[in-house]
Amino acid sequence: MADLSTTVAKRASRTRWMLLAPALIILVLAASGPLLITLVYSFLTPGDYGGVVWKFSTDGWFNVFAQRDIFDDTLGWSDAHLSILWRSIKLSLMTTLACLFFGVPTAYFIATRPKQQRDMWMLLIMIPFWTNLLIRTFAILELIRNEGTINTLLLWLGIIDAPIQMLYTEGSILLGMLYVYLPLMVLPVYASMERLDFSLVEAGYDLYATRFQVLRRVIMPLVKPGVIAGSILVFVPSLGAYVTPRVMGGGNQLMLGNLIELQFGQGRNWPLGAALSITLLVIVMVALIFYVRTAGKEDAHHG
Amino acid sequence: MAKHGFDIKKQTGFGTIAIACFILLYTPIFLLIIYSFNSGTSIAAWEGFSWRWYVSAWENEQVQDATVRSLVIAFWASAIATSVAVMAALATTRTPKFKGQTAAFAMINQPLMVPEIVTAVALLILFSVIKVATGYTGLLYLIIAHAAFCIPFAYLPIRARLQGMDLSLEQAAADLYASPFLVFRRVTLPQLWPGILAGAMLAFVISLDDVVITEFVKSAGQDTLPTYMLGQLRRVITPEINAISTVLLGISVFMVVAFTLLSKIRN
Repeated sequence: MADLSTTVAKRASRTRWMLLAPALIILVLAASGPLLITLVYSFLTPGDYGGVVWKFSTDGWFNVFAQRDIFDDTLGWSDAHLSILWRSIKLSLMTTLACLFFGVPTAYFIATRPKQQRDMWMLLIMIPFWTNLLIRTFAILELIRNEGTINTLLLWLGIIDAPIQMLYTEGSILLGMLYVYLPLMVLPVYASMERLDFSLVEAGYDLYATRFQVLRRVIMPLVKPGVIAGSILVFVPSLGAYVTPRVMGGGNQLMLGNLIELQFGQGRNWPLGAALSITLLVIVMVALIFYVRTAGKEDAHHG
Repeated sequence: MAKHGFDIKKQTGFGTIAIACFILLYTPIFLLIIYSFNSGTSIAAWEGFSWRWYVSAWENEQVQDATVRSLVIAFWASAIATSVAVMAALATTRTPKFKGQTAAFAMINQPLMVPEIVTAVALLILFSVIKVATGYTGLLYLIIAHAAFCIPFAYLPIRARLQGMDLSLEQAAADLYASPFLVFRRVTLPQLWPGILAGAMLAFVISLDDVVITEFVKSAGQDTLPTYMLGQLRRVITPEINAISTVLLGISVFMVVAFTLLSKIRN
């Protein structure tokens, strides 16, 4: 009997891996494999016209944070790169906060509608979520351009004489990222709000809690997993954003994604680009590990 | 629930913020649609209704090429991603925990976790080596790249559907000496199809919308609709872009409604 059951188990295991193989092969070929090659490239020497020369070098990694002065050859921090890195982190955090500010009340609003209306409200969140990110960025671009809707309207009303420069600033990138990533906050927060047990809220009021106390002490702790998931879902793509800062920042206000692209285009420094992209990956992984740890703790807490 | 007119579900200001949120989400989209019908060349000064920008987009050869290319890539990428996702979902759902499970899940979900720009750069490096070695510069690179990042999007709805399915029918069929393939074709597949269709649609839309990976992987003259639009940004924007966007928007709305209805079909 033991022999038979091991044979059956072995066969089941073989079938399983055979079924998994096609998906895993494609993913190794076009998702995880290339990351390893990127890591290798970050340790090579840049070629004159892009590409690499197969000679080991740590310059790519060195140049991520530091630079050698071209005149007196002294070492210093790479101010340009550090300021772009700082801007990326700062704007991503601000985007996450802005999405929390708009997303949490919206999710709460939808979760407290009558049951048959909720799907309709959620559809209104799903439509922008399914709409091309570029189109949504375009839509907000057309709103705030110098020739855009807001400026045209204000000029027509005579409130201003010259268009207000709103585009190509950090503020416009922030607005763009808030706009495109907002649905990513509402979806998970709503998922946990929907399961909220309102008898607990009622109990809070019976004990003379104010509305704000109920929100802070009863509702927020219960929906915390959704809020954390939403924050990660917004923060991670914000950090690696490429399209939105390119369209809304117009080349003046680079973020990490644009700096990486620059190395493969005009910069012709593929090893530096590879090192920067591994750096971005590491930051994202740290954020995800932080998330898994926190989510795991929440589970243990409730279980 | 409401006692003495006191609404326990109310939170001061939340309704206002929520309405502001919906206005913020929809105003730019509505303006985009409205100005696609502008008869003038401006995207902000209304000069009257006309279809001229739809006609001009329709007759624009670059737009035609990009549209066909986008559809071909999205079709093949979603077909490949969905087929392999069905197999992967069958292998990983409704089974006891197996060795390598965590690794398999991590692999499948990798495209959701790694920033797109990182994957894009990695694929640029890999494919530039292959392009030099083989001399082939066709659409296959884009199809494989798209198929890879579409896999998790196809996998998740299929897996969700499988998890909700009853094992007993399949066991009954197997008890009646149906071969595993026959069980799959006659019992599993008919129950699974809403999940497969939902997964395929999600993969199709994700492929159709992709900008970053396409921008880095494409060879010269291989613009898809989104990368064509991104390229147009450097020039003066005319409502032609609005017209193309409105059509794509229409496709997305159709897809999301169909997707919602599909996920509602009961087992």
